[in-house]
Amino acid sequence: MGTDTGHVALAARDLGKRYRRGWALRNCTFELPLGRVSALVGPNGAGKSTLMALSTGLLRPSEGAVEVLGNTPGTGGTDSKLAFLAQDKPLYRRFTVDEMLHAGRALNPRWDHAYAHRLVQDAGVNPAARISTLSGGQRTRVALALALGRRPQLLMLDEPLADLDPLAREEVMQAVMAEVAETGMTVLLSSHVLADMEGVCDHLILLAGGRVHLAGDVEDLLANHRLLIGPRRAEGHGLPAGAVIEARATGRQETLLVRNGGWTATTGWEQLEPTLEELAMAYLRSASPSRSSRSPEVAVA
Amino acid sequence: MIEFRIDRRSGVATYLQLVHQTKHALRLGLLQPGDRLPTAKEVVAATAINPNTVLKAYRELEREGLVEPRPGLGTFVRRSLASAGTQADGPLRGDLDGWLQAAKAAGLEREDVEALFKSVLDTHY
Repeated sequence: MGTDTGHVALAARDLGKRYRRGWALRNCTFELPLGRVSALVGPNGAGKSTLMALSTGLLRPSEGAVEVLGNTPGTGGTDSKLAFLAQDKPLYRRFTVDEMLHAGRALNPRWDHAYAHRLVQDAGVNPAARISTLSGGQRTRVALALALGRRPQLLMLDEPLADLDPLAREEVMQAVMAEVAETGMTVLLSSHVLADMEGVCDHLILLAGGRVHLAGDVEDLLANHRLLIGPRRAEGHGLPAGAVIEARATGRQETLLVRNGGWTATTGWEQLEPTLEELAMAYLRSASPSRSSRSPEVAVA
Repeated sequence: MIEFRIDRRSGVATYLQLVHQTKHALRLGLLQPGDRLPTAKEVVAATAINPNTVLKAYRELEREGLVEPRPGLGTFVRRSLASAGTQADGPLRGDLDGWLQAAKAAGLEREDVEALFKSVLDTHY
């Protein structure tokens, strides 16, 4: 597909998936470089899980193509260099942790048993305990050990932190990040809690309504946008419509999110670099049909 | 060894927080030449931030000549930012301590002291 697939962990080109009720994903084009930790962000029904299912080969695209580590998924099982942890963290509840790890060994051609064991041990989980007796956080750590036992180059996690208490969220992210530091693997994790992603992700893919609205390096994206705060003007803000992602007015004050230097010729505005959460929220709100009719073009940094 | 503290709500880029905290420790003499900085894995295991961020902060500190990586061993402090004036037992610190006691005795609140200090600081720097 791309010219330098050697540096790309995941690439989509005009990717689309149609179910009977309509398109779940359409015109999806982006590249996730190797070694990045990327957030896949979007509201419920945005197409996050569909995108992950297409990447693992569990679904086939209706149009376009997706490549995982240079290969097309689904042509011979899930790529052995890819590990995917589904949102429901599927484990056999009646198995013990040890039996679960043995299942991992039996089911995966590429499997590092000692490593998976160590991860379970690091999590403080008793290998003799039954899965059904574990807490949500412990279950996530066991599922993570099973995914990492494959020694993946690309780890995809679908809502890994949902249903976890704050301490368990922190511990799961610490465990994932420690393995990134050790192995340099690429991570794609979906979440709708943006606060969890700040400081964790250096790359962002923002989906809404089945389309990519924003994709790229987090620092580049932040540097390419400004929040402008100033008095609300009767004649309107006067900035080029294409540069303004979102305009919100409260009383006498107006707040704009502006991209690609659209703020350079302006005066009378306080200029701030947005946080990742502010940036993503503005794009999500502007993409939501109930909020605004404006639908920004795809911005890629 | 230095322990980093990440404020996700501060709006300051995470790698810059690491750079600032390291420099702060160098200024106060809490980190000295030859000291090892925590490895990326040690930092992320404690803070759950992206290891690339830690490496970026260390590259920045290296670019400024403050630390140096030693392959297989870690990243080590090369140069201190502490001057005689910023040491814990330095005479300037003692003067400031005395001044602050006077300010407190005069009934100034923390915010008053900060505002006063900053306004005088701004006239000199």
